This record gives sequence, structure tokens and C-alpha cells, in this order.
Amino acid sequence: MPEPSPAIEVSRLVKTYGGVTAVSDISFHVARGEIIGFLGPNGAGKSTTMRILTGYLPATSGTVRICNFAVATQPDEIKRCIGYMPENNPLPEEMRVSEYMYFRGRLKEIPRRKLGPRIDEVLEICDLKRVRHKIIGQLSKGYRQRVGIAEAILAEPPVIIMDEPTIGLDPHQILIVRDLIASLRGRMTVIISSHILPEIEMTCDRVLIINQGRVVAQGTPAALRREIFGHSTYHLETTGNTGPALTAALAEVDPTLRVTSESEPETDGFRRVTITTAREDDLGEALLRALLCRNVRVRALGRSHPTLEDVFLAATKRSWDTVQKPAASQ
Amino acid sequence: MKHFLTLLSHEIRMLLVSPATYVAATLFLGFMGLIFTQILEEYSARAQEISPAIVYFDLFWLPACVMVPLLTMKCLAEERRLGTIETLLTTPVTTTEVVLAKFGAAYSLYATLWGSTLGFFYLLRKFSGDARFLDPGPLTGGFLFIAVSGLFFVAIGVFASSVTSNQSVAGILGCVMLATLILGGNAISGSNWLDQGILQPARDIVEYGHVFGHRDDFTRGVIDIRHLLFYLTGTVLALIFSILSVEAKLLHS
Repeated sequence: MPEPSPAIEVSRLVKTYGGVTAVSDISFHVARGEIIGFLGPNGAGKSTTMRILTGYLPATSGTVRICNFAVATQPDEIKRCIGYMPENNPLPEEMRVSEYMYFRGRLKEIPRRKLGPRIDEVLEICDLKRVRHKIIGQLSKGYRQRVGIAEAILAEPPVIIMDEPTIGLDPHQILIVRDLIASLRGRMTVIISSHILPEIEMTCDRVLIINQGRVVAQGTPAALRREIFGHSTYHLETTGNTGPALTAALAEVDPTLRVTSESEPETDGFRRVTITTAREDDLGEALLRALLCRNVRVRALGRSHPTLEDVFLAATKRSWDTVQKPAASQ
Repeated sequence: MKHFLTLLSHEIRMLLVSPATYVAATLFLGFMGLIFTQILEEYSARAQEISPAIVYFDLFWLPACVMVPLLTMKCLAEERRLGTIETLLTTPVTTTEVVLAKFGAAYSLYATLWGSTLGFFYLLRKFSGDARFLDPGPLTGGFLFIAVSGLFFVAIGVFASSVTSNQSVAGILGCVMLATLILGGNAISGSNWLDQGILQPARDIVEYGHVFGHRDDFTRGVIDIRHLLFYLTGTVLALIFSILSVEAKLLHS
């Protein structure tokens, strides 16, 4: 059976305005049913890329295809394929929630007989039933965000694009939104941008990091850790007089294990030692056994897991270095 | 254009819930009522040669220059300021449908408000018991002029709203553009410096766009196809420029 085509295909996308390159030669694809997190510092080109995907902004060059429709030449088909929640979630202040949903449903060409039940369904999913008759301008930030999300999923489009959907929400509301987005996995393709990196890590199948308009890293969070850091790190707390024994224990467990830093001994004689290895599997138990066999006093041993925040910072820093070093050498 | 009616009904609804609409309607009806009262006082004081319906449309320019910007200043400027134009244009609607719906809603309200002043003449006819006060010729011509010129005036207001995201600026710009068209044409037409032979083509153009002259013709019952073409062409051009303006802003946003 032939492999289904990706829901989103972006190839060599460039967007410049006013002499500034906002998006520079970006290429990526998103599989059907996949949830992808779009990360990048402010001004990296996330919102511009999302706007191009929706057909709202034209690209300077490159191709974007959504559900096999070209954004540049088939904008009407694209608009029927996407649900979009822009940054800051602009909503008409004077409308009631149910009126707004009805209006948007009609614009999205949902048949009248299906629209009522569908509105009830999305209001239920987004926990908006209590406020369905309220004026949007009087709603709290959390409710407004949920109205934006409800509107994006209203027509059950195959692709959902959300720019910072959890911004300004309290932890409880973030949890609701996270579960909501997770519930779309497999049914809809979702692209979300966010600055709340743990949210992205928990919700998304893959992460795409862009900086200065370029893709600087993409893959699963685990793959990115491997790609960016390339090693595992262990933190050991041991006494200060065990140098040869420690070195022998490390060599016995794995030849690539090496001490990268050591702190000064504390008042109780223990010091913190940082150990790295190229091995990805967990060596903690073997390391502990080897140390105890050599009568090394161990107070703590733990494997360090770089967070997505570490990956994000390292990837963006790497891209800054790549850009700035050639510029400096000229 | 399959979403035009959905957008139009939405825009009319939004106009009806907007306080600015009621401010504009109250000012307009109060002002026109005042004019009508003064006309009645003049006509009851001494005999007049011309129909009150002709005098009634003399001051059409004041509500046109004030009410039209009040009705249109918000339509596109506010959408851009709030960013709701982005969510609107990422649904299967076109910029043309959006602009036409906003134009249609503002024009409907403009025409309805003017139409409601027909009640003044009905009341006069009812209480005076004199059928001559309901002079059908000037009244029909006058309201036809209002209906046709209103298309162009409202389109200018929509265009003013399309070039800025600040509705106050849109209102002032619309007011200035309408005043330039209506009063500027009248002032230039009345001046002598265009009488020189070399400037005759310019005088012809000014005469062609002389809105007060059009009103006089309409209220006398003269329906000149050139006047109709002037307003219809102006309306189409203003709407095309509005659509281009919205799309140009998107390209550079």
C-alpha cells in the first residue's frame, strides 16, 4: 500500500518584507494525525510561517501544500482544510459565544442541520456551555482562549494551526487545553506554537525549532536531546579521596565514561562529580555496583535528563553561533 | 459570493448592536426633523414658489459628510485593529465578499435612515389634509438622488476605513473626502478662474462631478443617465480601491 501523503509539506519557504527576511528557506513536513510543536524565540518567524500555511500571507518563494492542495494556487481548498487560531486570539467583542460559533460555522460551510449539534459538541468539549450566552468581550482570558480553540476545531478540519493557544491560561486551564489537543491526536494534524516548553514536550509528537527564520532542529524531543547534546550525563556525590578507584570503576563499566567536572569537597568530605558517556542506555545500576565493589562511598547517583528548554536554548544558541561566526570572520 | 448573505446579515446585526449606530441615527433624525420644522415654519409664514420637498434636500450634504463616516469608519479599520480580519480571511471567504458585505450593511442603514424621513411628509399630509404637501415628483427625485449618491458616499467611507486601522482617522478621512467631493466641487464650480478657454476641459469635469447640480436635476425630475453613471462608476471604483487596500495591507503586514 502506498504511504499516505503528509498533511503539510513545506519546501524551501521564503518570506521577505521591507527588505527583512522573516522566513529563510524553511522545509519540513507533518504527517497526518501528528501533533507538532513549533518553537522559537520571539521574532524567529513562527507566526509568519503559520500565516503562510493558512493562506493569509503569500510566500515570497517556495511551496506549501496542505492535504495535497497548493496554498498559492488553491487558497479556497486550503481554507476548507484548516482551523486557525491566531496569536492573541482576536475575537469580536460584541458577539455572544453561541452567535459567534454559529456565524463561523456558516462561514466554514457547515450545513445548517449539523451546525447546532456540532456547536453543542464543541462547547461541551471546550467546557464553554456555561458561558454560551455571554458576550465575548465580558469573558475572562481563559474562556476567550477556549472560544478560539472551539472555533478552530468547529468544522473538524484535517489540519489545526494554533499560535500560542495556552498563553495567559492558569495551570488548570492549561491542563484542559493540553488534554483537548492530545484528544485530537490521530484524527487531526495539529501545529501549535508555544513558549511553555514542558507543554510542548508533553503534547507534541515532534518538535520543530526555528530561529532567525531557519529550521535549526527538528525531531522528537528524545532525538533532539541526542542530536544536540550527543551524550548522557550522570551526577555523582562521593568522597574526595577516591580518584583512582573511581577512574577504574568508570573504565570497567564503559570505556567512554569520563569525568568532566568535579566540585571542591564540602565540609562533610563529599564532592559532586559530573560524568558523561556516549552510551544512551542507562548505566546507573552498573556504575553504582562497580563503585560499591571498590568501596567508593556514594551518597547520590543520578542521570541528568536535559529538558526541552535545554534543547531549545542549545539549538538556538548553536544557530546564533553559526550565523555570527562567519559574519565575524568576514 | 456564496458567503455574501451570511456576512451581510452579520454586519447588519453588528451595526444594530453598536452604540455608534444609534448616535448617528439620533443625530441624523434630530437634524433632519429640525430642518423639516424650519421649512414648515417658513411655509406657514408666507407663500413659497417651490415645493417643500425640494428645499428639504438642500442640506443633504451635512448628514452625508457626518453620518456616512460615523456608519463606515469602524467597518474595516476595527477589524484590522482587533486582528479579526485575520480569522475572517482564513475561512473560505474572499476579501471582495467582506468589503461588499460591509458596504451593503452600511448602505442599508444609510438608506433606511433617509427612508424613515418620509414619515415627516406623511405626517404633514395627514395633519394638514392637503395632498399637495406630498409632492410625489420632487420627493421621488430627491430620494432617488439620495439612494444613488449614497452608494458613492458610503463606498468612499468604506475606502477611508480600509486605509487605516484607526477608526477615528478613518472617520476624519472619510469626512474630508466627502466634503472635498461635495463642497469642493461646489466651490470650484462657482468660481470664475475656470472660465478661461484653456481650462474649459477642467470646468467640464467639475460640472460633471457637481453633486449639487445633480441634486437639482433629480429633484426637478430630470434623471440624467450621466449622473447615474457618475455615481455607479464612483461606487465601483471606491469599492475596488477598498478591496485592493485591504489586500495590499495584508501583503505588507
